[in-house]
Amino acid sequence: MAELLLELLSEEIPARMQRRAVEDLTGLLRDRLAAAEIPAESLRGYVTPRRLAVIAEGIPAKQPDRTEERRGPRVGAPQPAIDGFLRSAGLASIRECEIHDTDRGEFYFAVVGRAGRLTTEVLPALIRAAMAELPWPKSMRYPASDVRWIRPLISILCLFEGEVLGLPVGGVPVGRTTRGHRFLSAGEICVANAADYRERLGEAHVVLDQERRRKVIRQGLEDAVAAEGLSLKSDPELLDEVTGLVEFPVVLAGAIDADFMALPPEVLATAMRAHQKYFSCLRPDGTPAPRFLFVANNVAVDGGRTIIAGNERVLKARLADARFFWNQDLKVPLEARVDTLKERIFHDRLGSVYDKSERITALAEFLAPHIHGADAGRAGRAARLAKADLSTGMVAEFPELQGIMGSYYYKAQLHSAEPQQIVEHTQVATAIGDHYKPMGPNDFCPTAPDSMVVALADKIDTLVAFFAIQMAPTGSRDPFALRRAALGIIRIILENRVRLPLKRAFTEAAEIFYKARDPARFSYWQSKITDDLYPELMLFILDRLKVRLREQGTRHDLIHAAFMQAGVVESDLVRLCARVNALEGFLVTDDGANLLIAFRRASNIVAIEERKDGRRYADPVDPTLLGQHEERALADYLVEVGSRAGTLLSSEEFEKAMAELVRLRRPVDDFFDKVTVNCDKPALRENRLRLLSGIRATMNQVADFSQIEG
Amino acid sequence: MSFQSLILDLQRFWADQGCVILQPYDIEVGAGTFHPATALRALGPEPWRAAYVQPSRRPTDGRYGENPNRVQQHYQLQVILKPAPVDSQDIYLASLAAIGIDARLHDIRFVEDDWESPTLGAWGLGWEVWVDGMEVSQFTYFQQVGGIECDPVSTELTYGLERLAMYVQGVESMFDLDYNGATGPGRITYGEVFKRAEREFSTYNFELADTARLGAHFADAERECRRLIDHGVALPAYDQCLKASHLFNLLDARGAISVTERAAYILRVRALASACCNAWLAGARAPD
Repeated sequence: MAELLLELLSEEIPARMQRRAVEDLTGLLRDRLAAAEIPAESLRGYVTPRRLAVIAEGIPAKQPDRTEERRGPRVGAPQPAIDGFLRSAGLASIRECEIHDTDRGEFYFAVVGRAGRLTTEVLPALIRAAMAELPWPKSMRYPASDVRWIRPLISILCLFEGEVLGLPVGGVPVGRTTRGHRFLSAGEICVANAADYRERLGEAHVVLDQERRRKVIRQGLEDAVAAEGLSLKSDPELLDEVTGLVEFPVVLAGAIDADFMALPPEVLATAMRAHQKYFSCLRPDGTPAPRFLFVANNVAVDGGRTIIAGNERVLKARLADARFFWNQDLKVPLEARVDTLKERIFHDRLGSVYDKSERITALAEFLAPHIHGADAGRAGRAARLAKADLSTGMVAEFPELQGIMGSYYYKAQLHSAEPQQIVEHTQVATAIGDHYKPMGPNDFCPTAPDSMVVALADKIDTLVAFFAIQMAPTGSRDPFALRRAALGIIRIILENRVRLPLKRAFTEAAEIFYKARDPARFSYWQSKITDDLYPELMLFILDRLKVRLREQGTRHDLIHAAFMQAGVVESDLVRLCARVNALEGFLVTDDGANLLIAFRRASNIVAIEERKDGRRYADPVDPTLLGQHEERALADYLVEVGSRAGTLLSSEEFEKAMAELVRLRRPVDDFFDKVTVNCDKPALRENRLRLLSGIRATMNQVADFSQIEG
Repeated sequence: MSFQSLILDLQRFWADQGCVILQPYDIEVGAGTFHPATALRALGPEPWRAAYVQPSRRPTDGRYGENPNRVQQHYQLQVILKPAPVDSQDIYLASLAAIGIDARLHDIRFVEDDWESPTLGAWGLGWEVWVDGMEVSQFTYFQQVGGIECDPVSTELTYGLERLAMYVQGVESMFDLDYNGATGPGRITYGEVFKRAEREFSTYNFELADTARLGAHFADAERECRRLIDHGVALPAYDQCLKASHLFNLLDARGAISVTERAAYILRVRALASACCNAWLAGARAPD
């Protein structure tokens, strides 16, 4: 059992690609070693900005020996056929063959022993193939080498059992040497084996293990903020990125010029993060502290003084730029920027952003009355201005600040607002700032009523518009983030318990869309909305809702069961989820589980007989034909339970409605025990089938129990 | 170190690396890459090493001389090394040492930044080079120019001279840069040389440029470029392509181009660039 050490030393690998690259390389090697029957017992991958390395242990020294059987001609075949087979199998005489009895008769078999190759013979081509197959997002050519890599390869270190293994790569030296940190280590390092490699790299200021590097950085950041009584603004993505930018992390802290602390906190944090990859610090009260942290890749001879001073100066320039944009942007009222949106394409086939903001304004005004506390005037105003910040310098520089800047500029541009108007203006500003949210499953979800209206209007319009031009997502392709928009709608509605039937919202949004797009044929489109567009949109929402609820541990079949309500799609998501929850609680009880069994039994019998007779048994029960006591009892219960459940459903008391159904259990069980459905009197049989059908209908009032699995 | 001695030292360094030291190209360009010494010479098999300063005009970046970091014209020092040497990074780091940036004192980083010029139909992989968080150079391995594969691949280095000088001199506004290193009455700052130009060109770029005329000039340059390509004279044709590119930038700064038109303009310039590159290669193959 032997050890393989492979290190591919290159020029700087982009940070965002490192994690995937090391996973791919270890995966490819693991699979290829296994396929070559020399599997490694353990395999670990490492990545730094300059190297990808794999240490594999427990690799067999050679492949196992194999015997292969080759079937030849049938016993008694003509001599030329036998001679041909012997030649191709490399045998001298047919006596060297074995005769096996197969299901098609007796055949000659050549048994060829194949000695396993030495691992050292197999590895070079295997490693080369893994390198060629490594799927870099982009790769480049460079002079004097036949390897396409993400950046030029400098050298390859490849040792098997401590011996250099030559690899078929052109133009890249392969041996037992590597290099340490670019500035903190000089010359080449000669390596004996994997343990020696780790140790020597450590001495040469390379923290090889990415997980360890990440920990060192996080600890360094936490120590640095703790020392100043501050806290770190958590940013795992930035931490990942920075881990991929340094081989020897050194956490340093700098000061932010007090002049800039008046800029909005989001602007400060984004300017630091986007261009400079700096971490923000917070005061105990959560406001930005005038300090920033960064991770250098060097232990400077002056203790980092020059590095800190340099970074402070760079940040000052960046923030001066941001302040310049802030001041410039304030010169043009947000209102005046709305017209510039005509020049901004939303999508080739969907017109300009101006068109979109007109639509969401109309839609927001429609939606506002459905949301408690919202106001059509405020929401409409916010919707109209929501996209206006796209033409500001700040958003051009930092696109991730869209919406947020609009909110700040709106507030900053209010000049002589009356005190009572201030609250109103703040609500408009918040709605502008929140309208892109939530941007994903964990992002902040708007809670202010006007914000909910505008955020919903924006997302509903986006879905309607793209579905109207048949650009719904397919497979993994979702270039317009429609799934995220759908999830946003679901989150806003459910987390705020908004009672908005989506049918009305989608229909209104689609009518607004077509009125603007094709007024001449509006009535034609209106029918398309009902027949095609709305059902498609609702199924899309249902799909995303299932994903959302599944993540929260809800069974997807219950969602299906609650989705259709007496043949009508439930488009009030709050009610839908209340029904799902009630159903979930009901089915875990003994009564619920038993009633489900009875329901299935009743439905199955009806379904079988309907199929057999080629007709439906859905008509009302004829009371005069109810002879047996159990029949009458069940019929009475169905009427009573049905009407009481109906009342409870209309007041949305789903648990109570379910509890009402439980009362059916005894009469249903008694019916099945004592009554023969398929009796020989056709009229009685039909009436009993109607009675069973009645069980199905009564229960389906509450939920579609036929959708429930398990 | 003064602005001009920074330039002189870098030129000396690259001359010692076997580069021919050229002068700026005399047509407005947005970046040193557009100089035919890079854009055209990066194509074809012949080895080539050159370095030069190129004024780079970016009309939309003008700030009337009011912003300490942004101007409508700045200077780049451009280096092209073809084929790309295996020790490109080491040579580059030595050039920083030559202007006093000591790697033991600073934090020098190669941060992913793949370069692309849509109008030139060119792209490459590389980095922006950071010194203590300040981007001081662009480092690119050219893969394509004018839609044509570069074979061999070249190393292209672009130093943003003002930024680099601001860093070296420790000043916070470009306009405060010491230009000539003199003291007393002979001292000249960058602002004294260029501030008025920034103000006036910003006014022109954003307010005065006659968009109808610029549009007509663009069409003329495009037509002339095509005509010259038909005559097989790649270099004069390429001049017209550069003019078209700059006219497009002016129209853009003036806000005269909508988003959809913008894409169409870029494609038109790219088509010219590609035709010029092909004509350049065709001419190189023809006997002198």
